[in-house]
Amino acid sequence: MNMEHDSVLRIRQLSKVYNGRQVLSDVSFEIKRGEVFVIMGGSGCGKSTLLRIMAGSIAPSSGEIIFDGKNIGSISGDDKDKIKKKFGMSFQSAALLDSLTVEENVSLPIKEHTRLDREVIHIITAMKLKLVGLQGFENYMPSELSGGMKKRAGLARAIALDPEIVFYDEPTAGLDPVVCAVVDQLILDLTKKLKITSVVVTHNMESVFRIADRIAMLYKGKVLQVGTVEEIRNSSNPIVQQFIKGDIEGPIQMDDKLSEAMC
Amino acid sequence: MILKSAEKIGVIVLGGWQTLIDGVSLLMQTLYWIFIAPFRANPELRKPIDFKAVLGQMVFMGSDSVIIVFFVTFFTGIVLAMQSAHQLSKMGGTIYVASLVTISLCRELGPVLTALVIAGRIGAAITAEISSMKVNEQIEALDTMAISPVRYLVVPKFIALFFMLPLLTVMGDLFGIIGGWVIGIFNLQINSGLYLEIAFKFLTLKDVYSGLSKAFIFAVIITMVGVYQGLKAQGGAVGVGQATTRSVVISFILVILADCLVTGIYFCSGF
Ligand SMILES: Nc1ncnc2c1ncn2[C@@H]1O[C@H](COP(=O)(O)OP(=O)(O)O)[C@@H](O)[C@H]1O
Ligand SMILES: [Mg+2]
Repeated sequence: MNMEHDSVLRIRQLSKVYNGRQVLSDVSFEIKRGEVFVIMGGSGCGKSTLLRIMAGSIAPSSGEIIFDGKNIGSISGDDKDKIKKKFGMSFQSAALLDSLTVEENVSLPIKEHTRLDREVIHIITAMKLKLVGLQGFENYMPSELSGGMKKRAGLARAIALDPEIVFYDEPTAGLDPVVCAVVDQLILDLTKKLKITSVVVTHNMESVFRIADRIAMLYKGKVLQVGTVEEIRNSSNPIVQQFIKGDIEGPIQMDDKLSEAMC
Repeated sequence: MILKSAEKIGVIVLGGWQTLIDGVSLLMQTLYWIFIAPFRANPELRKPIDFKAVLGQMVFMGSDSVIIVFFVTFFTGIVLAMQSAHQLSKMGGTIYVASLVTISLCRELGPVLTALVIAGRIGAAITAEISSMKVNEQIEALDTMAISPVRYLVVPKFIALFFMLPLLTVMGDLFGIIGGWVIGIFNLQINSGLYLEIAFKFLTLKDVYSGLSKAFIFAVIITMVGVYQGLKAQGGAVGVGQATTRSVVISFILVILADCLVTGIYFCSGF
């Protein structure tokens, strides 16, 4: 199998309309097995929506998402559940269940989807928590954890069922620079150690260049450019350049920003 | 102008219709996870009911509710006894206070008052819990893990309230009857044994059944409205508050409407 051309997820002409408003239009790209694929773009440009569609939690208005030869956008019920078990999702707010301890949160998908013994589940959970550096915090409630720890616990839950792809929504948002770097390193480690594919949504440029193998730049619901880190760095597209450098002057206008902020 | 209001009515009707469809679909999903999923042939798709969670919900629902139900029905029994004594004494039938209080409680007031108390307490708690999970992405997290929020969150609450509400209703009936009895012996000077004899002399099993059958229906209404409003919530803490208020108000209205309907059916069929 040629790793270079082995794509796990193929997005074709995807679009999403919310209440008559086009949030994503004609998005197409491929994600290769084992890479860290970063989707970057300003707030409100549709990154989370795109991630949710790829993870199968919302349906696109049109277009295809091909995984394992099936279109995730058009299947449902048991078939879709089967695919969802091969995905992990790390949420912006971590989205741990408040009523469960860290250990119960991480073991929940294992309990629900396997028939393993209690002890085996305990061991797997301990292993996942160790991978994210949270050993010893098994009995903490989510409300007792810091932001970075919540993110890591959410990550342990996302990898609980040994997924093929993990989706991350703004994994470093709201974290201090050091914790940011730790989480980025964790994403890299997990991708390599567990041989998973990571799809990361972020607008943190430092993170992007630290973790990305390839990058897609999303702007107003459209993909401007897809390329390697080098290709994006040397992009001739003025919008991409302005976004990378964080310039105030450029094609991305302040009133665009404001109208997006209003949404 | 006319077009505008016609449009508005159209929107409301369509909205109501959509709500009804969504509500029925939610109920169907709940029934699927209770009656079909635990018995499916394919072991991978067979998902048993989590009885531990059901038990936990029953304890949560029962624990404080008994006290509140006691206060509401006991004092209603007292008021009912005093009011009816006032009327019946004019006809020289004070003794029939006993049977009037007992029958009205068992057929009508016990089930309805208990349901309203529980809608305010448990219905609100269900909506608050589910809506705060919704606005914090926890429902979506369950969904991405291929864990049905209906199976995980709704089924235990549904089963628990389905059995707890009739149980609390029976307790409410008894508390109310005790309230009436207290007035009967201390205020109306009726002999305690005589009071109890008259109280239960005219009470038929049908009276008890018809009251209890209502309690089962009210339980379904309270859980489904609570869950539906919770799952529909959006917009942070404000959304949670709004959903909770709406859940209680809608439950109240639907409980009374359903009571009217069921009583009507029994009345017309001579039950
Ligand atoms: N459930 C929804 N209903 C209506 N509009 C939505 C919904 N979710 C997102 N949107 C809109 O879609 C746009 C893109 O949102 P999102 O994907 O969250 O952007 P990002 O993650 O890039 O900040 C926003 O303008 C937002 O208002
Ligand atoms: Mg987002």
